[in-house]
Amino acid sequence: MFLFILLTSLPALAVQPDEILKDATLEARARTISKELRCLVCQNQSIDDSDAPLARDLRILVRERLSAGDSGKQTIAFVVRRYGDFVLLRPPFKSSTLILWLGPVLILISGMAGIAIWHRRRRTASAGPGAPLSDDERARIDTLLAGKPD
Amino acid sequence: MTLRPLTLVPVGIFSLIAIVLGFYLWQVGPGGKDISQIPSAMIDKPAPQFDLPAIAGRKDGLKTADLKGQVSLVNVWASWCQPCRAEHPALMALAKDGVTVFGINSKDKPENARRFLEGLGNPFARIGADAKGRTVIDWGVYGYPETFVVDATGRIRYRHVGPINPGQLDSIIRPLLKKAAGR
Repeated sequence: MFLFILLTSLPALAVQPDEILKDATLEARARTISKELRCLVCQNQSIDDSDAPLARDLRILVRERLSAGDSGKQTIAFVVRRYGDFVLLRPPFKSSTLILWLGPVLILISGMAGIAIWHRRRRTASAGPGAPLSDDERARIDTLLAGKPD
Repeated sequence: MTLRPLTLVPVGIFSLIAIVLGFYLWQVGPGGKDISQIPSAMIDKPAPQFDLPAIAGRKDGLKTADLKGQVSLVNVWASWCQPCRAEHPALMALAKDGVTVFGINSKDKPENARRFLEGLGNPFARIGADAKGRTVIDWGVYGYPETFVVDATGRIRYRHVGPINPGQLDSIIRPLLKKAAGR
């Protein structure tokens, strides 16, 4: 029974029936775009997920733009012109976001370089002949090997 | 054990990261920076094109051309918005000082909007009714109330999210109006 409910129930959608476009292809494109746009009221939800009134207005707007013949890119640009890059859930790659995109790679590379340098140093240190023993050290080894107490 | 200079590199990197992240933490904590506020994409751009009718039962309306010719505040409000009520005295004070305050009444019932103005007073020189909330999207509005400082050429110079409290009236809004007038 539990399994039956689990398999037959649908996820609760924020998208209301009256918003859905008749054209299934266009509706699918609208859904994809909506998933990329941040709801500015809840900020960590996309407008596709959010129940906020503004998210609903933006969902309708996206569908209007697409129905009017705009491409997906044009539709997103339309929203970005009004709300800024913040509305994009995936930050764009540009000069102000360089650290965001390249930072992790740089940290990884510097970490790997650090480990490589450390390994090389250790190898050269252990492979080297080392300094010869001094007379004192020799005498101490001799006493230890002979098992005599100091 | 002697400390080689290279041993200090990781320590240095860690301290640098700690300082930078610590600074951000300080900003949102004791620094009092509000990160929930999103910078407006509309700053220094001309106000969007719009032509809104009056609230039903009134005779004014608001359009883009009305914003030209004087420095003004454009306040986005609604009767259902509690912070708008809190902010209302600040707008009344500005209007009394001769500041041109325009209103965009968003997603409101006309009778509720009229009752709001009759009960609390009307600080607005003109009001446009944006019943569907489409014009406020063109302004990049995401919360209520929002207030824009618009200069005499019709360009947006500042956006304030949330109610203008009495302190901000003197610390933010009035200096900005003065600055916009001097341009």
